[in-house]
Amino acid sequence: MASNDFIQKLWELGPTLAEHTPHGKKLGIKFVAVDKGRATMSLPYNPDLIGDPDTKVLHGGAVTTLLDQACGLAAIAGFDEPSACATLNLSIDYMRAAKPGETIIAQAHCYKTTKHVAFLRAIAHDGDEDDPVAMAQATFMATGLRPKDAKAW
Amino acid sequence: MVRDDRISKELSRIPYAETLGLKPLLINEEFTLVMPFIETNIGNPTLPALHGGAISGLMEMAAIIQLLIDQDAERPLPKPIGINVDYLRKGHPKDTYARAVIFKQGSRVANVRVQAWQDDYDKPIAAMQGHYLLSKTD
Repeated sequence: MASNDFIQKLWELGPTLAEHTPHGKKLGIKFVAVDKGRATMSLPYNPDLIGDPDTKVLHGGAVTTLLDQACGLAAIAGFDEPSACATLNLSIDYMRAAKPGETIIAQAHCYKTTKHVAFLRAIAHDGDEDDPVAMAQATFMATGLRPKDAKAW
Repeated sequence: MVRDDRISKELSRIPYAETLGLKPLLINEEFTLVMPFIETNIGNPTLPALHGGAISGLMEMAAIIQLLIDQDAERPLPKPIGINVDYLRKGHPKDTYARAVIFKQGSRVANVRVQAWQDDYDKPIAAMQGHYLLSKTD
């Protein structure tokens, strides 16, 4: 598939993955952008995702989910051919608490793919890339199936 | 050791636990956290499969609750420093369980291991290792 066509399809797939799956919708994850091997998603502050009622800070699991979702799209975007991707491993460092009220942005980069495995790094921040909330390292597996709803493929 | 009612009380105070639908359970005197199947935890409607983030959220919550159980006095919630999650099998659209073991507890940092399963404890769908910062005891 020509590269530009592939990226174009990913722009259609991004919102489907982020916003139209039941869990993405429940959390309020938004698709922001996608490019070859790269994806950005955001998570607006949502009181339903608070992990510590005393500080109103979002639960780590919500940040994990956002990073997983962004990495998933970047992994799909990292392969030359369209394929669904499954998370093999996700390793996250939580550098600091996300600021209550702020939108969290996750930027994922697929820096290497082999035939079946994608290697990624991702960062989550709430406005300043130089002051990250969390950073992730992940591996995904191409499962060969076409991504959901990508019927044109 | 805290009693079951405190676990339920803590969980009901945490909105994210409510969002995932988490419920505490005691199996053979061991604390187990349950994520009953709900539609909103689906990440892939085509397969269908649970969202890896929901499975991780379940395990992260199990780790935090286990740390609360093992601390004697009421203290602020432990804060995650880092986690490493292995996804081992597809999360089927059914009830999912998680159990945490404190692998090493220091005065400020605890290392916790968590296993998540569905039908069979010996066929985990995911495993997590995490370390958590504990609030000071004084």
